[in-house]
Amino acid sequence: MSSIAVVTKASPLDALQRWLPKLVLAPSMLIVLVGFYGYILWTFLLSFTNSRFMPSYKWVGLQQYQRLLDNDRWWVASKNLMVFGGLFITISLVVGVLLAVLLDQRIRREGVIRTIFLYPMALSMIVTGTAWKWLLNPGLGLDKLLRDWGWEGFRFDWLVDPQYVVYCLVIAAVWQASGFVMALFLAGLRSVDQSIIRAAQVDGASLPNIYLRIVLPSLGPVFFSALMILAHIAIKSFDLVASMTAGGPGYSSDLPAMFMYAHTFTRGQMGLGAASAILMLGAVLAILVPYLYSELRAKRHD
Amino acid sequence: MATLELRNVNKSYGSGLPDTLKNIEIQIDSGEFLILVGPSGCGKSTLMNCIAGLEDISGGAILVDDADISGMSPKDRDIAMVFQSYALYPTMTVRGNIAFGLKMRKLAPAAIEEEVARVAKLLQIEHLLERKPGQLSGGQQQRVAMGRALARRPKIYLFDEPLSNLDAKLRVEMRTEIKLMHQRLKTTTVYVTHDQIEAMTLGDKVAVMKDGIIQQFGSPREIYNDPANLFVASFIGSPPMNFIPLRLQRRAGQLLAVLESAAGASGQARCELPLDALQGDLEGREVILGIRPEQILLAQADANGQSSIRAEVDVIEPTGPDTLVFVTLNQTKVCCRMAPDAAPRVGETLELQFDPAKVLLFDAQSGERLGVLGQAQSQVQATEPARKVAQLKGR
Amino acid sequence: MTSLSAKSPFSLSRLAIYATLLTACAVYLIPLIVMLLTSFKTPEDVLTGNLLSWPELFTGIGWSKAWDSVGGFFWNSVKITIPAVTISTLLGALNGYVLAMWRFRGSQLFFGLLLFGCFLPFQVVLLPASFTLGQLGLANTTSGLVLIHVVYGLAFTTLFFRNYYVSIPDALVRAARLDGAGFFTIFGRIMLPMSVPIIMVCLIWQFTQIWNDFLFGVVFASGDTQPITVALNNLVNTSTGAKEYNVDMAAAMIAGLPTLVVYILAGKYFLRGLTAGAVKG
Repeated sequence: MSSIAVVTKASPLDALQRWLPKLVLAPSMLIVLVGFYGYILWTFLLSFTNSRFMPSYKWVGLQQYQRLLDNDRWWVASKNLMVFGGLFITISLVVGVLLAVLLDQRIRREGVIRTIFLYPMALSMIVTGTAWKWLLNPGLGLDKLLRDWGWEGFRFDWLVDPQYVVYCLVIAAVWQASGFVMALFLAGLRSVDQSIIRAAQVDGASLPNIYLRIVLPSLGPVFFSALMILAHIAIKSFDLVASMTAGGPGYSSDLPAMFMYAHTFTRGQMGLGAASAILMLGAVLAILVPYLYSELRAKRHD
Repeated sequence: MATLELRNVNKSYGSGLPDTLKNIEIQIDSGEFLILVGPSGCGKSTLMNCIAGLEDISGGAILVDDADISGMSPKDRDIAMVFQSYALYPTMTVRGNIAFGLKMRKLAPAAIEEEVARVAKLLQIEHLLERKPGQLSGGQQQRVAMGRALARRPKIYLFDEPLSNLDAKLRVEMRTEIKLMHQRLKTTTVYVTHDQIEAMTLGDKVAVMKDGIIQQFGSPREIYNDPANLFVASFIGSPPMNFIPLRLQRRAGQLLAVLESAAGASGQARCELPLDALQGDLEGREVILGIRPEQILLAQADANGQSSIRAEVDVIEPTGPDTLVFVTLNQTKVCCRMAPDAAPRVGETLELQFDPAKVLLFDAQSGERLGVLGQAQSQVQATEPARKVAQLKGR
Repeated sequence: MTSLSAKSPFSLSRLAIYATLLTACAVYLIPLIVMLLTSFKTPEDVLTGNLLSWPELFTGIGWSKAWDSVGGFFWNSVKITIPAVTISTLLGALNGYVLAMWRFRGSQLFFGLLLFGCFLPFQVVLLPASFTLGQLGLANTTSGLVLIHVVYGLAFTTLFFRNYYVSIPDALVRAARLDGAGFFTIFGRIMLPMSVPIIMVCLIWQFTQIWNDFLFGVVFASGDTQPITVALNNLVNTSTGAKEYNVDMAAAMIAGLPTLVVYILAGKYFLRGLTAGAVKG
């Protein structure tokens, strides 16, 4: 609604009414402009300075980015993110879709089962990490359980093995988030036009065929949303690493979020931390921009 | 009760956006029922929102009882509105809905109670007062929406396509009821619709709008019998007026419109309509001849043959009360409305008769009425005439 | 409901489906069961038994020790969560109301800018935010954390309400304006009473987000003002002394219980919040 009055014979109270929507939104606009975009810019500036324990504004150009690229720990963290993100996203999607399809078969007690699949999502990553750290404890956890149950030669010590520790993160993260993927897809399955399925049945397609060729391909947008959320969780995940491995052994299970925290707040490498944060933002944008682009394009086609 | 005058009202959202209003001039008396009718996007709803004060106008003035209200906020204008979606407050009971406006105006509780009771009785919704809108049928919601407007006893009522969400049967019932209510209460009313039947049946005055311009403003009768241009002629009337493109000729001092029927079993036929009653120099002009389906008659036995033509029936569509008979004249499909008893069969050849006095002529380029002087066209500004004619020819 | 069920309800494939689902249930439940079992064991029992062995003696000692070490931080979390959830929900409701019903030039642009906040990796604002909190004298206070959570929760709360209000016909607001109601009257008398479902969704979403937060807690709080997630992490990851796994698990349960209870009581709204957050825009 446009609000340019031709004749303003309105009382001051009426004039206030006209401005109220803008006044009410103003604090949030300020918050967004300063707290989101201003701060991003600020961090961006810091990443070009030699700030250490305290912010300094001595310009050093791309030096921090150079240091980052020369930093072995950063590369380990980035590589871990690739491995962790790739596996976490793929497994969560596969498990989530499978569970959703199975749950869609007129299962008795569906509500209870759904509740069980989804409850980890309500927990803090710290709680999840604590629980799985105990479950995967070499010597006392699953390791011992299976040996007690008669599997004499069973060894499971990935949590302290620099080679495999990342996969422990994957296990815990999948446990937490796959139920959410299930819920997304179940909602998607329920919204599929039943007449399409009936048409396929009339055409003689088998049940697995109907799902693989007709139902799931029509859930493209759900798939895309799930992918987005999972990628977002993966890039930001910090709590899980902090509680499960604290980046260890050594820095073998470091992720960029952990790297950023450690350098910025405990090792007094503010400039380096800022640079790593900016690169994280870049990664999010690289995923987000194509997503938003396709969303907007889809809207325009409606 | 109040008079309403729109004086040169303009509305623009900014550069080049549609749904703007251009130089709207309307004046109605106290107690009159004004219809704003037109296709979607013609600006009629915008105009109504401007009257209500929900949108500001960019120029001109809106006067109620000769006082300019265009700067006032909606709540001070003393105008009530019935919305297309009814816009009932879903969390309030029917009573709460009707009373809300009165509470906002700080009426005493006893007075509110009394007013709600009066309105409920008037609309026969007393038994629904404690229900929530979600528990009501479409027709009942419609009544509550009207009740909410009536309770305020405002100077002017606005109706924004209030019947378009109802099914066909209920729509006819409510239409009659609105008419009855207006006859009883004699309130000044502005009613927006895209339905030309509502426009014809309800209005004291009708403003036909298109592209933000009033194409014609007059009584329903004037609009129907004397349309100012091709658009009004085509928009009002169902089935719509026939439009036959042709070139006017003059022979032996007489202005003639020549009609030819397609070569059917009966061979080609031709008739020359004398149009001497029309004013102006029209000889040789490309025109569009307009004639309403009910004005094409079966020729009487004693017809002199001058204004009648033989034509073969292409299609017939019985509607119940009438049967629509389609023939082809000048390569154009022409609809004739006949009594079911007199209806021919497909393939039969008819002798059709035209009353030259009822025939209307429009300029093929601009769509303007031709041959009349000093008519309502004065305020009409034609836009994009060529395309409009092309569309009409295509029908 | 999908009608893809096999013809006979007791076929082999149905059996396989149920078997798979039940196994999956077990896998999802085991960590919770292990946590509970371990939390009620004695430290000796933890070492001699295994994850799923029944406690030889049910004891609350782990729970009472855990409460002694993280109980105070539990109340910190309460003190942070309640105001932050309330304020951010209220602000989100007002923002959503304006963005859906009182659009003005630029409001859509603002919404787009805000939406990006849903995806913002918070690492990129941590440093400036900590400087600002320091300037405001709110560093290491629960009020500071409340402020942070309100600011960075705004994107989601606004999104929830805006999308909910967009589906409500704006004729309602126009009708109320003609009835003489002003901006806040319409909000309070008409919009808010209609908003119960989305208020629930928003409250629950914000509650789980803020209660479970670790990043802001560990960066912006220290010592006595830390939220429970940070305290739990400190407890679990200190290397001093013998590990008391029963205490760790009890503390983890204490940290997880509030959100679990909310989830079980209001799972419907929880799920709706997740999916609403997922299908953005």
